[in-house]
Amino acid sequence: MDPAKAAENAILEHLQSHDEIPDSQKFAASSGFDHGVVENVVKSLCGSRTIEANEIKEERWALTDEGKSYVDSGSPEVQFFRALPSEGEILMKDLEKKLDPTVYKVGPSAAVVNKWVTMRKEKREVRGSTKPETIVYVSRKINDVEDKVKDLLQKVEAGEAVDEKDVDALKRRKLVIPQTWRGYSIRKGPEYVLVREKAATDLTREHIQRGDWKQLKFKEYNLSAQVQPIQIGYVQPLLEVKEEIQNIFLQMGFEEMPTNNYVESSFWNFDALFQPQQHPARDSHDTFFLKVPSTTRQLPEDYLERVKQVHQSGGYGSKGYEYDWKRDEAEKNLLRTHTTAVSTRMLYKLAQQKSFVPKRYFSIDRVFRNEAVDRTHLAEFHQIEGLICDRGLTLGDLLGVLEDFFSRLGMTKLRFKPAYNPYTEPSMEIFSYHDGLKKWVEVGNSGMFRPEMLLPMGLPEDVNVIAWGLSLERPTMILYGIDNIRDLFGHKVDFDVIKNNPLCRLGLQ
Amino acid sequence: MPTVSVGRDRLFQRLGNDYTQEEFEALCFDFGIELDDVTTETAVIRKQNHQDNEEVGEDEEVIYKIEVPANRYDLLCLEGLARALRIYLGKDEIPVYRVSNIKCENLTKVHVKPETALVRPFVVCAILRGITFDEARYDSFIDLQDKLHQNICRKRSLVAIGTHDLGTVQGPFSYEAQSPEQIKFVPLKQVRSFTADELMEYYKTDNKLKAFLHIIKDSPVYPVIYDSNRTVLSLPPIINGAHSAISLQTRNVFIECTATDLTKAKIVLNMMVTMFSEYCQEKFEVEPVAVVHSDGSTSIYPDLSITNMKVDLSDISGSIGVSLPEQEVIHLLKKMQLHTEESLSQNGKSSIIVSIPPTRSDILHPRDVMEDVAIAYGYNNIPKSKPKCLTMGGRQPLNRFSDKIRAEVSRAGYLEVLTWILCSHEENFSMLKRANAGNAVIIANPRSSEFQVVRNSLMSGLLKTLRHNKDHAKPIKIFEVGDVVIIDESNDVGAANNRRLAALYCNVYSGFEEIMGLVERIMTIVAKPHAKSTEHYYEPSNLAEFFPNRQCSISFKGKKIGNFGIVHPEVLSEFKIQDPCSFLEIDIQSLL
Repeated sequence: MDPAKAAENAILEHLQSHDEIPDSQKFAASSGFDHGVVENVVKSLCGSRTIEANEIKEERWALTDEGKSYVDSGSPEVQFFRALPSEGEILMKDLEKKLDPTVYKVGPSAAVVNKWVTMRKEKREVRGSTKPETIVYVSRKINDVEDKVKDLLQKVEAGEAVDEKDVDALKRRKLVIPQTWRGYSIRKGPEYVLVREKAATDLTREHIQRGDWKQLKFKEYNLSAQVQPIQIGYVQPLLEVKEEIQNIFLQMGFEEMPTNNYVESSFWNFDALFQPQQHPARDSHDTFFLKVPSTTRQLPEDYLERVKQVHQSGGYGSKGYEYDWKRDEAEKNLLRTHTTAVSTRMLYKLAQQKSFVPKRYFSIDRVFRNEAVDRTHLAEFHQIEGLICDRGLTLGDLLGVLEDFFSRLGMTKLRFKPAYNPYTEPSMEIFSYHDGLKKWVEVGNSGMFRPEMLLPMGLPEDVNVIAWGLSLERPTMILYGIDNIRDLFGHKVDFDVIKNNPLCRLGLQ
Repeated sequence: MPTVSVGRDRLFQRLGNDYTQEEFEALCFDFGIELDDVTTETAVIRKQNHQDNEEVGEDEEVIYKIEVPANRYDLLCLEGLARALRIYLGKDEIPVYRVSNIKCENLTKVHVKPETALVRPFVVCAILRGITFDEARYDSFIDLQDKLHQNICRKRSLVAIGTHDLGTVQGPFSYEAQSPEQIKFVPLKQVRSFTADELMEYYKTDNKLKAFLHIIKDSPVYPVIYDSNRTVLSLPPIINGAHSAISLQTRNVFIECTATDLTKAKIVLNMMVTMFSEYCQEKFEVEPVAVVHSDGSTSIYPDLSITNMKVDLSDISGSIGVSLPEQEVIHLLKKMQLHTEESLSQNGKSSIIVSIPPTRSDILHPRDVMEDVAIAYGYNNIPKSKPKCLTMGGRQPLNRFSDKIRAEVSRAGYLEVLTWILCSHEENFSMLKRANAGNAVIIANPRSSEFQVVRNSLMSGLLKTLRHNKDHAKPIKIFEVGDVVIIDESNDVGAANNRRLAALYCNVYSGFEEIMGLVERIMTIVAKPHAKSTEHYYEPSNLAEFFPNRQCSISFKGKKIGNFGIVHPEVLSEFKIQDPCSFLEIDIQSLL
């Protein structure tokens, strides 16, 4: 039988007729089980509440290897004594060959101290040497001896009480060492049975085929144990929010713009937006300019001429900025600082069509700023942009569409502050009241594109464009309570953050 | 956005109202400025000296830091800010700025030498007569110059302002350009005289002035202004002479603005004189100065003339979306310092002629007038409406396709990461055992080594991400769908994005089969319906970033579109990764 099963049976049988097993070690020793096995059985039986066990822990003495060897064959002094003839003398030299080296080393002196034996020394001339040789004879002093050391060692091994003086003697002889002893005292548990039914842990195909699930007892689940994580894939939290915002735009009838062009010319990024060439945003402190490819290869010449005129000397009802516009500046390549560069290309394309069609456009994509980075700003981030292009759009329409858009993001309380932006007029900053932070926070920028931007493209005069923009990172950080942008975006994001991020609930209200 | 620091009590005194902070913030919000910070003089000094914040004394003057729109130079000082708010609140009429009536031959003259064209061609000047300074006014006067220098003057490169005590110098003045060693004078805050080239050396260690040296440093001639006794007034745009320095006692101020941009110089001069003529004996009156050009022609500055702009009323109402009667429009414009000269009615279309004062250089187009009506009306009072155009929503096919690939790869048990487009030169090339083959976009002015190159592969981003998570339980399976940029002569800007999928498998073994399984899965699902085969095959490749004989290229319709293989141990060691990895990168744009 499996030793564990045998030990279980022995324990349960013993408890049938006894109140207690006071010491599992003793029990194991007396029943011939390894205590390790008994220990596992005790734990299992406690789990099913068949027994109750209390752990006992104390410092005890254990036998050293030397000590253990004397339990079987007797102490060295006794072994030495027994090796002597019952009468007469024997030469020590002859004993050396008969005895174990340890016994020969330790036994004689202990036997002399115990006054069990007599040693007689005799000097003898050695031929060819001036020094005489000493030879030793040993004989018994008494007929028989008691092996007290062996008895003591047996007691220690069995865990019985031994006098302190005796333990000290054994310790000095390095026959015992102190050891932490662990065992159990065992009693019947509330669910005690003589023969434990083995509880099934899982419902298997065999159980169903045999139909024995009807009789089987199933083991209780430990619901407080840690749940095993499952192996699955994960999506990036920032992109989850991006998807929900895309959905909002789609629901509102917006068409996505192609924004997969990070490299842009200053012309499309700035000049076409009526952003003057000396504008601080065009400084190398704010914008990444390119070494390769440093300049753009091609610009629409007619349109470029109209853009140049409106900057230099105005037109379309504007007085312009009145400065010397330089083509070189416009040709400088850069990493786009806003997706509005794409919006501008799209509006220009729209203006080239034979007849005007109204459009709602959106994009969410990467933009680049050569600015100092900190906990909330990176050199690259995602810009969300929406715009509507139609005849006769009003500022009221902009307010209305912002209300629609932001309420779907869960921001229902909005206010608008006059602001300045080179390519929108009027310009409005959008503030939303944050219930958690208990204050108004800026959530985006908006405005109507300037006539100086739209008319050189060739759009009809009564066409207005209302537009707004915000970053994807900021609302996401507020949404998830993240205060360092690097925890959300970039190579330093912890996988556990991605794995444990809750569902994006935008659009579920 | 520029920030202006003004004493709270002085501002409220001018506004004639003791606002609570909330009330003042509400006023700012409606007007389009923002109370950015509330502090005190000593706190500002402490901050400058990097001292720890101590308790603020109760008797210290409270300073409001107010953010103003970047194109409203007339709000850059207490005088202008208070004036604009008083008019907005209806407490003041719009001031009329005028030049004093002096016969042309009696005007102070500045003669411009032709050499100035080589370095700083323009100069415009004006005189403030009978001005009375006190400490606060004087500080504000200096501060406004600073603010203008920082903003419209583009750190003095476009325009530099010099102000002088007219009592210490003698007109006519002359604006010249000389070689640096010829110019010698005692500069402001110094006691000995320097030549201009000595000064340029001397100021290299001056924290404030060193930033302006580059503007003229390499020019063979430096601009300089002399009076009739050859006293140096200034070495623009660097420093003024000590001789003509203004003080609290100065009564007559000579202002010169030298420039490379005449339009901006005129605006800057107008700002200085319209703001501070308030303290002149004749309030808002400015004495003009004649600038005599080298060709003998003369221009008289400042130009305080009012420009008239015709604005259609229907454009205003129509763009705001509120029907506003003419009288209301006129009333609202008045709050924004715009006076309506007359009303016109032509062919049933009503329009007004609006006069733009010299302080409002921001108004370029009738649209700017419309904005002022909207601000005065209150953005938050405008009724919200819905755009009526019917349009269809839609995605970019490439983006929708990318999302489908992302979903598939995450379904395959991969974790999505999102890394940066910009990286260091090393990360993009040598750490991947690659050489720069000239097809990557290189940044000209990176602020740090992190932003030297636009990635042309997704590999280093994933390896960096793995490095930061290398103690995570294995296997690690990550992916990214994103754009790289490749030099492309056929595109107008000379470069084009390319949409890629990259995936990385990391475990105690390489996981080549895992990655290959993912490739096969992608190639299976992108097959078009009814296509006879998926039209793809694998071939051994020989790229340096992969382990030899443990890599493949992927071909699709005869075009190589990607590679996968076991990452080379030398690449792993560059990224301090100890476990074997397999990596895939594929151009998914070609699969669309």
